[in-house]
Amino acid sequence: MSTASATASRKAMTYGDRPGMLASLGRDGLLQIILIANTIIMLAPIVIMVFSAFKTTPQIFQAPFSIPDFTQVGNFIKIWNETNFLRYLLNSFFVTGASMVLILTLGTMAAYAIGRYAFTGSSFILMFFLAGLTLPLKLAIIPLFMLMRDLGILNNQLSLIFVYTAMGLPTTVFIMTGFIRSLPNELEDAARMDGASEARIMWAIMLPLVRPAMVIAGIQNVVPIWNDFFFPLVFIQNDNLKTLPQGLTTFMGEYTTDWGVLFSGLTLSAAPIVIIYIVLSKQFIAGMTSGAVK
Amino acid sequence: MAQLSLRNIRKSFKSVQVLHGIDLDINEREFVVFVGPSGCGKSTLLRLIAGLDPITEGEFHLNGRLMNGVAPSRRGIAMVFQSYALYPHMDVYENMAFGARLMGLTPQEVEARIAEAARMLQLTPLLKRRPRELSGGQRQRVAIGRALVRKPDLFLLDEPLSNLDAALRSEVRLEIARLHQQLGATMIYVTHDQVEAMTLADRIVVMNQGRIEQVGSPRELYERPANTFVATFIGSPRMTLIPVTHAGEQLTLEGAGSVAPGQLPASPDGRLTLGVRPDALAITRATDGDEGFAASVIYTEYLGDNAYVYARLGDGTQVSVRTGPDVQFAADEAVTVSVRPGGAHFFSAEDGKRLVA
Repeated sequence: MSTASATASRKAMTYGDRPGMLASLGRDGLLQIILIANTIIMLAPIVIMVFSAFKTTPQIFQAPFSIPDFTQVGNFIKIWNETNFLRYLLNSFFVTGASMVLILTLGTMAAYAIGRYAFTGSSFILMFFLAGLTLPLKLAIIPLFMLMRDLGILNNQLSLIFVYTAMGLPTTVFIMTGFIRSLPNELEDAARMDGASEARIMWAIMLPLVRPAMVIAGIQNVVPIWNDFFFPLVFIQNDNLKTLPQGLTTFMGEYTTDWGVLFSGLTLSAAPIVIIYIVLSKQFIAGMTSGAVK
Repeated sequence: MAQLSLRNIRKSFKSVQVLHGIDLDINEREFVVFVGPSGCGKSTLLRLIAGLDPITEGEFHLNGRLMNGVAPSRRGIAMVFQSYALYPHMDVYENMAFGARLMGLTPQEVEARIAEAARMLQLTPLLKRRPRELSGGQRQRVAIGRALVRKPDLFLLDEPLSNLDAALRSEVRLEIARLHQQLGATMIYVTHDQVEAMTLADRIVVMNQGRIEQVGSPRELYERPANTFVATFIGSPRMTLIPVTHAGEQLTLEGAGSVAPGQLPASPDGRLTLGVRPDALAITRATDGDEGFAASVIYTEYLGDNAYVYARLGDGTQVSVRTGPDVQFAADEAVTVSVRPGGAHFFSAEDGKRLVA
């Protein structure tokens, strides 16, 4: 213990003695303050949401920032009893899951072809995908509605899955193409010498290496899809097919809104995404920083 | 064991032709080195042999079978890449097992082959490591091990030592030479380093601008270079080329004097290129009436067991001369450079081809 504190004080001595240290400490300190402030600003709405989930509507307006009594779970019970919460949750999981599977499968395959094979028109196809980034999809809602009607999939989760897949492909192809292009050609050659087929090269060699990029593309897409309110509102009327954000509007009346219940619903609906994010964050960060260091 | 024959091999990338008709035969158990400056087409030729790029024109036979269009894995060839190209997400064992499994071997056979390769290359303690946890030399050995487990007839090595530091390079070089003796397989080795070429090769193929300049044993190339390109490429410091005119026995360099190095080849217009390696030149302090070329010293490079003197001839040509370690010349000192008997090479002044005296 005493040796430890002695080393610590010696360290502190040399730390202060080094010229210019204070200046850089000052700059780093400022950065820290900005980052901490930023964290607070980012986290505050989430914290308020969680706090409000445990309050009644009058309590929310009396003391919006006060720490609630966490044993008071009346709002959650109300959600459970008065809505199809579990149904909505499963619907959200199904729609989001199916869309993500389609986006990642199709997007990765398209990006692999564009990134690894030289063929005429490859850059056109890439540009075609990227053009999707510039398109405000919501502007096309009326033609989309008519299209879904003609396809007979209004009031059907397929309509959501198709729209989300189309929405997610541009960013996925963009992110994945860049990443796949950066993989060394010699790896592919080595696998070819080893006798691997094209499919196996993609599956066994390339895909494990692009996993960080897939996680980035996945997170990039999963949040807006999970939270989307607009398309379900337009395409889905059947209560049994509603997604979570849509289902929770039950508590948003034209004249009165039960804010406490709404916030507890939001908390429940945000929880899965937050958990996914935390689980994948290691990979996510690895993906963001890969390529920065060899 | 593999016997290769390349017939008039051409390769174009779009409109750019990079190989202009390569003819070459490689025998069983031979260690052949392709050497040349970067961009000469040596790696391209290797990739054509491997089957990684299609041959534009010409025929490639391996053990008598036409190989044009045959998939790389069906050629019985293994390749070691310059960057090693180890699969980063697999450990050493899996790296070696990947290709072996794809050959359709039984799991026992795969395991036995990996164990054998690991023993030969001292990789046994590293089998569970990922490539990123290995040093450069260890990665190199894994790359060779991956080639070994496929038991190929033909090994292709594409500049395998270029990412290693100098000390490790000579060590791995020795290891490759030992492996070649042990396995008795045919090996083709690409490098731009003439020292690697000289030390490893049974035969060297010198390439330049998509053509073969000369094929021969290291000794042949050093002693009888076919043209000025090979002459200057092989040997370090490089051979000095001096443009001279000759009359009778005398070779004259404008403004520098003349030498008489012995028997001369015939040349129609009296012009020749004289090629001399540093060890075939002698240098003395200038005195009147010397036979030789007048020169002025630029710099003396002391190497311990000997020294190289760099000097400039009257017409500006730079020569390098090997001397004993005790010789000291000051910069700008006037010297006479003469050619030792038998040390001169003659090349045509027109096309640089070797002329025989």
